[in-house]
Amino acid sequence: MIAVESIRIALRGIISSPLRSALTMLGLMIGVGSVILLVAVGNGSSVAVQRQLEALGTDTLTITASGSVAAGPGGQAQTGTVSRYTQLTLADARALENHANAPDVAAVAPVVSGQVTITYQGSSASVQQFTGSTPAYLRVLNYTVAIGRGFSAGDVTAHRRVVVLGSAVAAPLFGATQPVGKQVRVNGVSYVVVGVLASKGSNGAQNQDDVAIAPITVVQDTLTGYGPLSAILVQAASRAQVSAAQSEVSQVLTAAHHLPAGSQPDFQVLDAASLVAASVAANRVFTILLGAVAAISLLVGGIGVMNIMLVTVTERTREIGIRKAIGAQRTDILSQFLVEAVLLAAVGGAVGVTAGIGGSHFRVVGVQPVVEPLSVLLAFGVAVTVGLFFGIYPANRAASLPPIEALRHE
Amino acid sequence: MTRPVISLDAVEKNYQLGAVTVPALAGVSLAIGRGDYVAVIGASGSGKSTLMNIVGCLDLPSRGRYRLDGTDVAGLDAWELAEIRNRKIGFVFQSFNLIPRTTALHNVELPLVYAGLRARLRRRRAVAALEAVGLAHRLGHHPAQMSGGEQQRVAVARAIVTNPAIILADEPTGNLDSSSSADIMAIFGSLNASGRTVILITHDLDVAAHAHRIVQLRDGRIIGDHRQAPHAAVQPLPMVAAQAGGLP
Repeated sequence: MIAVESIRIALRGIISSPLRSALTMLGLMIGVGSVILLVAVGNGSSVAVQRQLEALGTDTLTITASGSVAAGPGGQAQTGTVSRYTQLTLADARALENHANAPDVAAVAPVVSGQVTITYQGSSASVQQFTGSTPAYLRVLNYTVAIGRGFSAGDVTAHRRVVVLGSAVAAPLFGATQPVGKQVRVNGVSYVVVGVLASKGSNGAQNQDDVAIAPITVVQDTLTGYGPLSAILVQAASRAQVSAAQSEVSQVLTAAHHLPAGSQPDFQVLDAASLVAASVAANRVFTILLGAVAAISLLVGGIGVMNIMLVTVTERTREIGIRKAIGAQRTDILSQFLVEAVLLAAVGGAVGVTAGIGGSHFRVVGVQPVVEPLSVLLAFGVAVTVGLFFGIYPANRAASLPPIEALRHE
Repeated sequence: MTRPVISLDAVEKNYQLGAVTVPALAGVSLAIGRGDYVAVIGASGSGKSTLMNIVGCLDLPSRGRYRLDGTDVAGLDAWELAEIRNRKIGFVFQSFNLIPRTTALHNVELPLVYAGLRARLRRRRAVAALEAVGLAHRLGHHPAQMSGGEQQRVAVARAIVTNPAIILADEPTGNLDSSSSADIMAIFGSLNASGRTVILITHDLDVAAHAHRIVQLRDGRIIGDHRQAPHAAVQPLPMVAAQAGGLP
């Protein structure tokens, strides 16, 4: 028999009981669709985190306090008057700025930050990240000033209450009004707006325009106090010098904190590239887990195909007898039912692909899914293979029926 | 009589029902010549359906020899038996046995599909066979949309479409009213007149009266065999083949 014929006969079989066929396909459809969608969600969250970290700039190092008190070698108790530095200070930032100690460091920006509400003549804006830093901050994070100017080193030393607003903060406060030179109140303290940043857009998780930046000295004066820094951002002289800069930073801070040689550092130096790599690895596990859960539903769909094919074979026993009486070979019957199972799986899989890709256009739990082409191929391929695998047993059962017994079947 | 197309030699068939062996045929010897028109009659349980299954290569004898066209079927494998059913034998069943939800045309085409014919040729021959049974106007109808008589005519068209030497009919009129029965018997008569061997299995003596030879079975044995019309001379003029050409 010609292959086209077995496809035609199988199609006729599928169409002859549309509801049952549709329900059989539904299982595989959900399986394929959920594999594609869940992998896309995992992938999407990975992409978002990656974009967020890359926004830091791949030549940027982020230094944070690790909070662990350093223990001496061999775990001996620390004695004497050695003070423990477990926090980052402005002195640390100044030490890093020393070009002799850290020649591969191009810029250092100490950071303190807090959440504030800024008001201007009755309108107000809540700012997630009100940052106090030095002029280097804008350079390190690739911000550009669209209107007015950034604050200067002089503003920092003179404790001038000036602020640079992100575009998403300036817009609700000022609307069409020119903001530069206007006085705003940040948590009740008046600041003069000196500039507005050009829009950088969202980095996937955070709106980078929902910021306000002021000299670190005044933010400490008015908001955070003179305690530890939130972080120190360091920009390497070039991308190639990132790892050199990283080791210089470690040396400088180890010395500044008077840590004994060989002890665990009380700070972390993270470069964006390794953060990206770490988050990609973590997300990969997450994505694989999501995909595995969805793959189980594919398997369940396959068992559904087998179940229905067994029912179909029993129901069509007489038809099989008729076909054999008029000369169908074993292989003809085998291919008829096998093709039927594979077609069910393939059509269900194709609908699932459409549904999965369609569903990926919507945000799922705050993540914009990004479809992974490999997952589409894999899910569809697995669906068809599952149809083939679970079709073999029923088809073989049909093909092995003795013709007279099949004919007698009522 | 020329060499018999069907030759049974002391054929026995036993069925195993649990521990009990039930003999369905207890030594049947029968020779049927090419172009003959034979009715096999007997009460139910006499073994006539078993005989038909064996003659039709749907089942094999437990003992004895069955030669079809000189070939001992015992030596054939499943593949060759299917091929024989496809090309040499046309079945007509009491309950029509058409494939449901499938058009008359496709039902008739089906044996040709299994024979591996191309679509265009298949269609031409299936249409010719349906025309021969007077159903040229019902090509696109499903079995459920046709009367019993029409369904049985579709079944006859399916039986003759591969141009087989033998037509095997098992109670072909058992589910039909008298006028449809007369139509079907007329078709069998003309098939036999065109040279086909027709074997009719029935318990209805009126139906058997159409045949040229009547073989009577009881308890798996032949108890009567008489000829009521002369065995027509072999005429190599098969109706469908003349219209559409033989099988490859």
